[in-house]
Amino acid sequence: MNFYRHVMAHLRKDLRLEWRSRDSMTGMLFFSLLVVVVFAMAFDPTAAVSRQISGGILWMTLLFASTMALNQAWTREQRNSVLDAQRMAPASAAALFFGKALANMIFVTGVEAVLAPLFTVFYNLHALGQGWLLLIVMPLGTWALVANGTFFAALGLRTRNRELMLPLVLFPISIPALLAMIQATTGILTGEIEPDLWIRLLVVYDVVFTTACLLLFDTLLNAE
Amino acid sequence: MESATSTKRTSLMIGSVWLVLTLVVLTIGFRQALFLSPTDAEQGDVGRIFYWHVPSAMLGLVFPYINFVASLAFLYLRRRNPLAALTADAWAVAAAEVSVVFASICLVTGMLWGRAVWGIWWTWDWRLTSELLLWLLYVAYLMTRRMSTDGQTSTLGAIISVFAALDVPLVYFSIRWFRTQHPSPVFGGGADSGLDPSMYPAFLWNVLAWLMWGGFILAFRVAVERRRQRLDQLEGLRMLESDIDNFKLGGEPERGNAF
Repeated sequence: MNFYRHVMAHLRKDLRLEWRSRDSMTGMLFFSLLVVVVFAMAFDPTAAVSRQISGGILWMTLLFASTMALNQAWTREQRNSVLDAQRMAPASAAALFFGKALANMIFVTGVEAVLAPLFTVFYNLHALGQGWLLLIVMPLGTWALVANGTFFAALGLRTRNRELMLPLVLFPISIPALLAMIQATTGILTGEIEPDLWIRLLVVYDVVFTTACLLLFDTLLNAE
Repeated sequence: MESATSTKRTSLMIGSVWLVLTLVVLTIGFRQALFLSPTDAEQGDVGRIFYWHVPSAMLGLVFPYINFVASLAFLYLRRRNPLAALTADAWAVAAAEVSVVFASICLVTGMLWGRAVWGIWWTWDWRLTSELLLWLLYVAYLMTRRMSTDGQTSTLGAIISVFAALDVPLVYFSIRWFRTQHPSPVFGGGADSGLDPSMYPAFLWNVLAWLMWGGFILAFRVAVERRRQRLDQLEGLRMLESDIDNFKLGGEPERGNAF
């Protein structure tokens, strides 16, 4: 119960900070829009081709956009030594992590809500498989990126070149999740692959890594 | 002091004997693989690279376990017994480096073989891809250690190691569902799998030889890392004990005990 209250306090604080500055949301949105346009230059998105490639492009866009935003997520806490205050607070470090991850999840979901119609328009998409399954794949995939991303962004704080550190660690560790989300999305869009197996892999990935993040965050925060 | 010197002498002796034995076994393995084992009927002499490729692939999967166990030990001992934790950390970094070396050898020999037999250097088959990802994960581990600030290196490394260990099985299965082109497993891959008995001596000698070599490099790297840790400790002590008022330029501390 206490944990829940702490998570909610952190979440409220992050949402309020974002509401006042709107830095990461606008940054991510504009960046994703640019990536969509750049990829349209790289490939010729006819309806048949775009069904094959847009699953990959969508997740690459989200991966890059969220990497950018996540790098900033902890910098806010460093101003005025807020992070040191958090470390001394009697709340568990896992609550701090979970609140931050939930806030980032909400931001990236917001970006997806804008990006999905854009993709449909620019790439002439309509799903040949069961389109409603995307409502399961999108949150699962986003959580996989955001949970690990929030964790490794905090790890990056403790390194010399933190902007570089996050992708270096996040990308190799996210490969199974990325593969699963791209395959599931492409499967749903083309109707050629059964997405069940990949959705199950995503669930396993989310459960395993969320648990690891929650258990290890305290060690990471107090890594001296 | 007396016992420290004799321990040092004993470990030096064991190390030298081990190295000589390793070199002997490596020579036997080399002779077996190149001259005594029969030429592969389909691949010709190119097939002999198998004797280096498969042992390094096997060992590249063994050393990450040492890294993982040492990292867990480090995380457990970090607050309870800092000195023992430092030893665990030395084993972790040494094992990670040896893993990267074996994974690199496996990838390079595999590519050479692939070029000769398949006609291509690389294909995104599941086994090649997972080996590459294993390599990437442990390179990321070493990069994190290199980029982290002093005093946090070991903890950050241990955390990445736990994540990498959780990732490896997921990578393995996901890529396996994704692609398949590599020849099916030689061992335990069905009725046709298994080595021809004539290939066993060369294969087993090489596995033993590279295992001994890996063990030697691991122990050597641990010893180097231990020295570095002692040097750090000494520097710290020197800082603590130095006296600003009586600071003498060029005053060397007593170093004899640490080495």
